[in-house]
Amino acid sequence: MSFAPSHFAAVLLFATFTSVVFGITQRATPRAMVRYGLYCWSLFVAVTIGASWLMFLVRR
Amino acid sequence: MADSDLAGGKRAAFSFALVAGWLIPGAGHLLTRHWVRALLLFLSITTMFWLGIAMQGKLYQPNTDDPLGMLGFLGDLGTGVFYFVGNVLGLGRAAVQVATADYGTKFVVVAGLLNFISAVDAHNLRIGRKAA
Repeated sequence: MSFAPSHFAAVLLFATFTSVVFGITQRATPRAMVRYGLYCWSLFVAVTIGASWLMFLVRR
Repeated sequence: MADSDLAGGKRAAFSFALVAGWLIPGAGHLLTRHWVRALLLFLSITTMFWLGIAMQGKLYQPNTDDPLGMLGFLGDLGTGVFYFVGNVLGLGRAAVQVATADYGTKFVVVAGLLNFISAVDAHNLRIGRKAA
C-alpha cells in the first residue's frame, strides 16, 4: 500500500478533508456549513500558493 | 440547557456520544441522528488517516522523552480505533525515506485532531449546546 501524491495534490487533499470537518463542526445550518467549508478550502489553497510564490521569490 | 437537566442516566448517554465519536469518526453524529454529517465526517477523517498511512506516515508511540513525540501521540490517539488497528497491524513504523512520508505523518495527526473536534461537536449536539 503506497501513495505518493505531488506536493500540490497533497495540499488539495488536506484542504478538502479539513474544510469538510471545519464546515460541519463550526456552523449550525447546512447552507452556512457549505459556505464556511468553501471559505476554509479557498483560504488553505490560496495561502499555500501565496506562500509558495513568496518562498520562490525569496530564493531568487 | 441547565446542568440539572443532565442528571442521572442521560449524563451517561451524553458522554457516550463523545466516546463513540472519538472511537469511530462520525459515530457521535450518528447517535444524534445527523446521518449526512456522520457520513461526511467518517469519510473525511477515515480517508485522511488511511491516506496518511499509505503515504508511509508515522504512527507515534507513547513516550516520555520527546515533547513533540508526546504531542504527536496525543494527536494520533484522536483517530480512536484506527490508531489501535494501525498499531496491531504494525503500520506507520517504517523509516521515513520519501518526502511525502512527512506529509503522511501530518495527515494522520490532523485526522486525529479533527476527530477530537468532531466528537466534541457531537457531544454539543447531544446536550443541546449547539443547534441541530
